[in-house]
Amino acid sequence: MSLPRTLILGALLTALFLGGALLSFVWTPYDIELLDIPNRLHAPDAVNWLGTDHLGRDILSMIMMGARTSIAVALLAVGIGMGIGVPLGLTAAARRGSLLDEVIMRGNDLIFAFPSLVIAILITAVFGAGASNAIIAIGIFNIPVFARVTRGAALSFWSRDFILAARVAGKNKARISVEHILPNIANLLIVQGTIQFSLGILAEAALSYIGLGAQPPTASWGRMLADAQTLASIAPHVALIPGLAIVLMVLGLNLMGDGLRDLLDPRIRVART
Amino acid sequence: MKRLTTLMLAGSTALFASAAFAQHTHVNVAMQLEPPNLDPTAGAAQAIDSVVYSNIYEGLTRFMSDGSVVPGLAESWDISEDGLTYTFHLRDGVTFHDGTTMDAEDVKFTLDRARAEDSTNAQKALFANIAEVTVIDPLTVQVTLSAPTGALLFNLAWGDAVIVAPESIGEAATHPIGTGAFMFADWVQGDHINISRNPNYWGTPAVLETATFRFIADPTAAFAALMAEDVDVFVGYPAPENLPQFEADPRFQVLVGNTEGETILAMNNAREPFDNPLVRQAVAHAIDRQAVIDGAMYGLGTPIGTHFAPHNPDYVDLTGLSTYDPERSRALLAEAGLPDGFTTTLNLPPPSYARRGGEIIAAQLRAVGIQTEINNQEWAQWLETTFRGRDFGLTIVSHTEPMDINIYANPEYYFQYNNPDLQALMTTLNETTDPARRTELLQQAQTIIAEDYVNAYLFELAVPTVARAGIEGLWLNQPTAAIDLTAVSWP
Repeated sequence: MSLPRTLILGALLTALFLGGALLSFVWTPYDIELLDIPNRLHAPDAVNWLGTDHLGRDILSMIMMGARTSIAVALLAVGIGMGIGVPLGLTAAARRGSLLDEVIMRGNDLIFAFPSLVIAILITAVFGAGASNAIIAIGIFNIPVFARVTRGAALSFWSRDFILAARVAGKNKARISVEHILPNIANLLIVQGTIQFSLGILAEAALSYIGLGAQPPTASWGRMLADAQTLASIAPHVALIPGLAIVLMVLGLNLMGDGLRDLLDPRIRVART
Repeated sequence: MKRLTTLMLAGSTALFASAAFAQHTHVNVAMQLEPPNLDPTAGAAQAIDSVVYSNIYEGLTRFMSDGSVVPGLAESWDISEDGLTYTFHLRDGVTFHDGTTMDAEDVKFTLDRARAEDSTNAQKALFANIAEVTVIDPLTVQVTLSAPTGALLFNLAWGDAVIVAPESIGEAATHPIGTGAFMFADWVQGDHINISRNPNYWGTPAVLETATFRFIADPTAAFAALMAEDVDVFVGYPAPENLPQFEADPRFQVLVGNTEGETILAMNNAREPFDNPLVRQAVAHAIDRQAVIDGAMYGLGTPIGTHFAPHNPDYVDLTGLSTYDPERSRALLAEAGLPDGFTTTLNLPPPSYARRGGEIIAAQLRAVGIQTEINNQEWAQWLETTFRGRDFGLTIVSHTEPMDINIYANPEYYFQYNNPDLQALMTTLNETTDPARRTELLQQAQTIIAEDYVNAYLFELAVPTVARAGIEGLWLNQPTAAIDLTAVSWP
């Protein structure tokens, strides 16, 4: 069985940015904290591969550092969502129809009912702009997504024979959830995680764009876009490059998510073989 | 589909035709901020003056674009020998827009209201030395001072000192009624303000019949609005990087004028470590003004070394006291007992001189070991926490009030500079009417604050105005916030 093409392309794009972000810990072409105003707005050339921005900083270095910010924020936000959402979903499924199930799921509906970005703006506006508040704001909106996916998937397993067998063997609900249900829905969670990760990247860019994400001098793709706004007609590359970075990263993650689903979903797997 | 296109074409042609026709008597003016209300005698916002100064309201004296003070509603005045009594002779036949006559009673009402105990005037200090206002006859009013005030005629030219009428002042916040060449028409909050020509104006009537003020805060939207010719004039165009494009476009003219805006990196003189003059000096030497001007303003702005407008004849160039010298800065920090530098906050209000300038200054300070934590603040937040709450280490702001060096005599002012010598000097200055002596005192004051490194003085803000080619009569400079349309005309 060969890997789906979308998975390969997606993984390559993701690996490119992930690699850049990791590399930035040890090396970037230039120091992004050094401003070189006389050399600002240079088009891409041999010296600055992706050109320089409005303060003369090397855009390639900024993109690498920005990838680090985006990935860190999105990863932690997905972590919060999974860490809280999955146990909630498992609990709700295990106690299906109980009051607890109702409370958890209606609570999720409540969070879901709010437009996530607007609430993220509210959170960062109230508690102060910055990467950590952006992580919390984006993370909160990942919780109901994971809770729902987990509950829905878990429910379908609770009526299966092997779960029945486990119950007869005397395992309690919590143990069954962790030992039998979680491994069976892990593939779904991974796929959902990839999608949420790409949404996290977008949300981080959106928050930074309006000045509520990571603060300077931390590089951020959203802020690079915002800074480039009035320069689009003078030096288009300054706006195009961070924009492309966001598009490619999100595209890569989505392709990878699709590919993973194709690969991991048992029904599709059966259909293929 | 084809019919639809034809319809749309016909529609747009009709629109264009009417726009072209209207252009000769109407102008669409844009500015960045919307005024919170329209009463210049009760609000501090510059945007109020931008709309109403000279257009709707007039004072006894007034500013011209070059900063000179000329007669306004007062035709002439006599000053007593001791400099304590000013007798103003008012113009005859001036009426307010509601038809009531403007006379000495209105002047008395205005000045008494502005200096009253419960006055909400944002610049009460302008009237501080007025002891009494007496009506001699309907066209003569006498102002008695408690101490000679050399700057009285200048003070009365401010937007905060315009003449208002007791009959209409209650509505002034939403429906201003003045004596100007334009009358207030309507205000759709969040969108625009319309004004129309005053047919009964006492002086040279306005050329334009109507004008619309629009508020466009976003630089990208400002660019688009001008390019699409939705606005004819943009005063205080927010993105200097786009100016070369407008200059190259035959449809537009670009005017770059000076303002009274001393742009400074303010330091909290009451807070450690900025209470130490050595630290303040270190900050001043760490900053490369030209890099800030080039990087944040694309070259617009004149370097300053003290809190004074460089186009003023009394200005002293003190930039030499704070040259860019990171080595010196590091040495000064070491001398102050901070060889490893320190960490402080840098609060930045929205304008690009602050946001972009702040990023550049943060990098320059980092180079000498001063770490800054940048807080981007909206204006309301900045006014609340930084200006009133004085909760900041560093902040960048442009002080656009004219001749505002006296803020250094107020120890309560947000940067909290407390120097009794300077305070005494300012008191002397207020009581001095002799021009040569005033110059001397002003220059002394400039030197004191520069040598004390109260704040890091960056540059005098320039104001770019982008207008459709051929429009004449716009102010080039901004001696006070004003978009005076009384002389504006299309070719």
